[in-house]
Amino acid sequence: MMSAEPKPSKGVDDNKKVITRLMFIVIGMFGFGFALVPIYDVFCDITGLNGKTGEQIAAPLNLEIDTSRVVTVEFVASLNETMPWEFQPEVKSVKVNPGQPTKISYYARNKTDSEIIGQAVPSVAPGLAAPYFQKTECFCFTEQTLEAGEEKHMPVIFIVDPELPDNVDVLTLSYTFFIKPGSKAAPMALNKEPKNSKHQEL
Amino acid sequence: MSAVIEEHHDHHDHKPTGIGRWLFSTNHKDIGTMYLWFSFTMFFIGGAMALVIRAELFQPGLQFVEPEFFNQMTTLHGLIMVFGVIMPAFVGLANWMVPMMIGAPDMALPRMNNWSFWLLPGAFGILIASLVMSLMGMGSAPNFGWTFYAPLSTTYGPASTDYFIFSVHLMGISSIMGAINIIATIMNMRAPGMTYMKMPIFVWTWFITAYLLIAVMPVLAGAVTMMLTDRNFGTSFFNAAGGGDPVMFQHIFWFFGHPEVYIMILPSFGIISQIVPTFARKKIFGYSSMVYATASIAFLSFIVWAHHMFTTGMPVAGELFFMYATMLIAVPTGVKVFNWVSTMWKGSMTFETPMLFAIAFIFLFTIGGFTGLMLAMTPADFQYHDTYFVVAHFHYVLVTGAAFGIMAGVYFWIPKWTGNMYDETLGKWHFWISTISVNVLFFPMHFVGLAGMPRRIPDYSLQFAEFNAMASVGAFVFGFSQLIFLYNMIKTARGKTSVKATSQVWDGAEGLEWTLPSPAPFHSFTTPPQVK
Repeated sequence: MMSAEPKPSKGVDDNKKVITRLMFIVIGMFGFGFALVPIYDVFCDITGLNGKTGEQIAAPLNLEIDTSRVVTVEFVASLNETMPWEFQPEVKSVKVNPGQPTKISYYARNKTDSEIIGQAVPSVAPGLAAPYFQKTECFCFTEQTLEAGEEKHMPVIFIVDPELPDNVDVLTLSYTFFIKPGSKAAPMALNKEPKNSKHQEL
Repeated sequence: MSAVIEEHHDHHDHKPTGIGRWLFSTNHKDIGTMYLWFSFTMFFIGGAMALVIRAELFQPGLQFVEPEFFNQMTTLHGLIMVFGVIMPAFVGLANWMVPMMIGAPDMALPRMNNWSFWLLPGAFGILIASLVMSLMGMGSAPNFGWTFYAPLSTTYGPASTDYFIFSVHLMGISSIMGAINIIATIMNMRAPGMTYMKMPIFVWTWFITAYLLIAVMPVLAGAVTMMLTDRNFGTSFFNAAGGGDPVMFQHIFWFFGHPEVYIMILPSFGIISQIVPTFARKKIFGYSSMVYATASIAFLSFIVWAHHMFTTGMPVAGELFFMYATMLIAVPTGVKVFNWVSTMWKGSMTFETPMLFAIAFIFLFTIGGFTGLMLAMTPADFQYHDTYFVVAHFHYVLVTGAAFGIMAGVYFWIPKWTGNMYDETLGKWHFWISTISVNVLFFPMHFVGLAGMPRRIPDYSLQFAEFNAMASVGAFVFGFSQLIFLYNMIKTARGKTSVKATSQVWDGAEGLEWTLPSPAPFHSFTTPPQVK
């Protein structure tokens, strides 16, 4: 509040104070925008939203095997549209007892005549069951490099946690293979091709 | 600094002349005028794009434009209307009116004011340059919708996306500076006796809006910065291949985006709260509840963002939370509508153009509010999501809400700005043609939306043809009726109308701004008035 006699110098000080405080909010909120990235990841980790599966389990868990229950696990493979590989699960689905480590494998082949580095991103549906799906071995933990024309059988070892909610009896594990960002084929494939090809389709 | 202020006193009525008056202006009225003209210009540019869209949608099939260009039109129409029309118009009105309403000589930070305006032509110059290049066949303008969801704007964005990002950065800086200026003015420049709870509602709504701007524009800046690094520097914020997540983009965007929609409506609430008491010749009903309702809406706007993303897949608990929080907003909004209606109750009402626009605002904004409630219901939203029902909803709140509020405010205050009364007959023609045509334009969109017509698509199924043809006719009438507004305003500004305005202008008008002569002097209150 200004007093009855206007004091310009006081006004200038007040303005500086207001600007300083507001700039803190501005900078803080800019930082908050970036802080949302780790917050989002932590939130998804805790809740298992987005079907994000957990990190690698170091040793096989010695979980009690629940033989009274059978869960169907289905396998899906997809490729990001720019990924020139062939990629598919070697079995469509398996029936497992919760707690039982199970090994299946996926098949991939590089259809091009140059080396491509790929990264698979896993996802489990239904999303809320994702925290109960543990993997002890997976090709998604590391990048996969396929030479020109090379093919590969890639194993996955997983355990369905016996704590899995009762209402879930089918789980779907899906992998999407992407060209690793920053690998030499990537910038061309990711940024230029789809745009041009789309344009021609129209 | 005190020396500078002394100097101002010396050259009391000295107005700089020529182009320099505008380029180097530190005067709140001149800057306000520039903001308003800028907004008006953008209104016609963005409106022309809307007419391209409606011309294409007049009948099924592809008539005039390629789908690729149609996408650029929807994108730029949205961006220009939001950032280039509504927001600058509000800042322009704040520049003109806030110092006069609180008894200040000018804004607190006049040089920053100049800078925040002059960033805008640069920002929109860059954005429109991308369209010019597109028309010249050099790549595409931004084509991913005004919400620029990743990966459309990152992996698949055209080269001009980087223009867009830089443009959004500039707009953000401009808005943040404008907001800081308004807060500093309101906190430090009020006349003696002008306590917070005596401030006109327009000042209050802008005070709260300015805080919203400061809180969310940096988040938008963060989002576009992440896009920039994803596109050009190999980061993977939104790229699943690198461990990022495109859905996270939507969370960050709507954390900005939902408060943003209140940024675009709260100042209109303020304008209506000035106009309704004036023409009802009564004090506003429930002043303090108006203030608290505005503050509640602002607070709630931060915890409802995910109602834009129900279909991305969320646990039921999340959907319920965002559904209930969203519906809660209806309470303070209802308080406001109730107060406006109660202010009119038993008032001695007259229906000059500003009051007509204000009443249309209350009625039509409430329709937009109701459709908002329908959209807030998660199960219903699965049906409505991304259809023309959403388009109808947000055009009711933004065109007949925000834009009608601005038009009401311009008619209400232009006699004070220019000293001339606008042409009332033309004003009424403008009002009636606009109000009828805007409903012909947007009301049928509810029906085609409920029937499943998706938004942002240049073609549609045959069964939607009649309603789309109606909407297109409404669009062209609405668009061209704005020329009446333009003509009326130019005529008034040039003093070609016969009636001169008195200082009070409207006989029910109360407040400090109406104690100044019309046209308002170059410097508003050189000695602070005493407010009782």
